[in-house]
Amino acid sequence: MSILIKGGRIIDPSQKMDEKANILIENGKVKSFPKTTKKLEQDKKVKVINAKGKVVSPGFVDIHVHLREPGFEHKETISSGCKSAAAGGFTTIVCMPNTNPINDNASVTEYIMLKARTEGIVNVFPIGAITKGEKGESLAQIGEMYEAGCVGVSDDGVPVMNSKVLRHAMEYVQAFDIPVISHAEDINLSGAGVMNEGEVSTQLGLAGIPCASEDIIVSRDITVAELTGARLHICHVSSAGSVRLIKAAKKRGVKVTAEATPHHFTLTDEAVNQYNTNAKMNPPLRTEKDRLAVIQGLKDDTLDAIATDHAPHSEDEKKVEFDLAPFGIIGLETCLPLSLKLVEDKVLSLNKMISKMTNIPSDILKLGKGTLAVGSAADVVIFDPDKEITVDTDMIHSKSTNSPFIGWNLKGKVEHTLVNGKVVFSA
Amino acid sequence: MTFQRKHILGLEELSAEEITLILDTAESMKEVSERDVKKVPALRGVTVCNLFYEPSTRTRSSFEIAEKRLSADVLNFTSSHSSVTKGETLLDTARNLEAMGASVIVIRHPLSGAPWLLANELDSSIINAGDGSHEHPSQALLDLFTIREIKGKIKGLKVVIAGDILHSRVARSNIWGLSKLGAEVRVVGPPTLIPKYLKQTKAKTFYNLDKAIEGADVVMMLRIQMERQDSEYFPSLREYSRFFGLKRDKLKKAKKNVTVMHPGPINRGIELSSDIADDAGSVILDQVSNGIAVRMAMFYLVASARRNQ
Ligand SMILES: [Zn+2]
Repeated sequence: MSILIKGGRIIDPSQKMDEKANILIENGKVKSFPKTTKKLEQDKKVKVINAKGKVVSPGFVDIHVHLREPGFEHKETISSGCKSAAAGGFTTIVCMPNTNPINDNASVTEYIMLKARTEGIVNVFPIGAITKGEKGESLAQIGEMYEAGCVGVSDDGVPVMNSKVLRHAMEYVQAFDIPVISHAEDINLSGAGVMNEGEVSTQLGLAGIPCASEDIIVSRDITVAELTGARLHICHVSSAGSVRLIKAAKKRGVKVTAEATPHHFTLTDEAVNQYNTNAKMNPPLRTEKDRLAVIQGLKDDTLDAIATDHAPHSEDEKKVEFDLAPFGIIGLETCLPLSLKLVEDKVLSLNKMISKMTNIPSDILKLGKGTLAVGSAADVVIFDPDKEITVDTDMIHSKSTNSPFIGWNLKGKVEHTLVNGKVVFSA
Repeated sequence: MTFQRKHILGLEELSAEEITLILDTAESMKEVSERDVKKVPALRGVTVCNLFYEPSTRTRSSFEIAEKRLSADVLNFTSSHSSVTKGETLLDTARNLEAMGASVIVIRHPLSGAPWLLANELDSSIINAGDGSHEHPSQALLDLFTIREIKGKIKGLKVVIAGDILHSRVARSNIWGLSKLGAEVRVVGPPTLIPKYLKQTKAKTFYNLDKAIEGADVVMMLRIQMERQDSEYFPSLREYSRFFGLKRDKLKKAKKNVTVMHPGPINRGIELSSDIADDAGSVILDQVSNGIAVRMAMFYLVASARRNQ
């Protein structure tokens, strides 16, 4: 079976391509960009998708997702997480190791890979833990996990607080040419904090997490990356201070990359008002000044990629006192419209936005995805950037609906998602 | 004006007019409390539940007396601190109480925002009896009532709130209430216990008690939580009381007729030297009896707002 995607605006930053064109998919791969389609359309073995007025781009790549399986299947499974990804236009997702058991050895990695192959509808790449049990004490089975399919290491959710352990991790990963991915937070400074430290936390009487909590560890991690020469990737940058530190480090040639999430470039800590636990995440939503710094960081490429930090939690877990609610929100299905808002606001060009969701994140973890080059896997998203949607719980494919964007009117709708030439989502 | 609110969650959300209405209503409630038969039928047939997740005999008794003077049926539910993290969720507990007929729930909880959770999910009226480090509206209202009674007004007064502002719900509610009614609010304490972000409240920050007290009409001393002395907020209780405790000589900087208040119970010799504590005793007991009148007013207004909806 072949598929012809006809008449769309194809934007593929990996090939610097932006033109009205057709794509022919054969045997799961991008075959060609045919100039004429009449003959193909008459061929009964060719399924035609009309993409007129739509954008056709490489399927999105999210390098920061929590799939919750094994261990927390009531929040999300590899299967439901993949469905949510496909509905959001993602064809490749990278899952963090803080499952139960933690992905700190090859047997857990193999379990995830097997489940993803049999039940997942998009490409799944796992991240292994840096340290055993994410305890920050001794190195996890990094080489074996790499062999089993891990594309990077991270103790996401918690930082490696011991700088010597981090140094060894950063030295060790260079044998496999994978990056250390950092959740930057000084846990002593964060203390019992549950939201950004500022006027809103003071007013609500909630313990705050200062920006310095993030800035200190970003600074330390950059320093250790300089010492060791390792590749460092900084997760979910939320503060103006971090953006400044990363920018300076890049300028002097440190091998550091970074990502921003749609919630950090869209919302501020005001969203926590009335103790909205769907606005509780870590790092927390910051102030307007920080939000604008994150946007500026995306604009000047200090922040390389857009990632969702998709973190599903069940409704019961969120409907509790703010202090007791878990950190995190889902993000796969709102990422495109929220990112398109940056395009509408003329902060990013549509090409640049797509690049930050396709080839750039793929390159950070050397996934070989995020392209429509002839011969590559036909992972494609077709979306209407102007179509208005209202985010509601019924349309969400994730097992969880913990999102502060429920009820929002946004622009941008995924029409079709294809993985290896197979349609895995249609609106 | 008429009171439109189904819940009283904090003074931050109340307007100056609403606060004044509560205080005015409390005056007629105080008159009820001075009668031989201290009972009116305003809440007859209404079941009020006192849901206390923190032990506080004082506040709970005050609420209970207020409820009974308004002829409400009273249900007490007390739960230890440990049950906050273990077993049944707060929401399930409250839903059960609602199913038993409670239409007003008074909640005291060690975590900020717990009353908001109930207000968002239940049909009952929620009255906040103190939540975490957030607000303690009934305490602040009784403080405002007492100040107004003694000074005849609140507008233009210089009011000092001293001590652990960071963790104090009494301080937060009072800062909102006092500044909304036109007082100048000054907060003072060790810098570790003064939040860095008080801008939106218009309170002025001091780290020196002498300077803060200059020209003050009212000095409100907060209770220091004894468990805080083990953390790194200040070096020792001795040092705390030396720099931030109220002693006779410091009071000289205040206005002559300065009123010293304390939400109680006092740690004698720490927040207040004993002689001031005894001088202030009469006001502190006024605060206690005014507490009943203010709480009666809160119930009365919320119940009539419910009926009108
Ligand atoms: Zn993280």
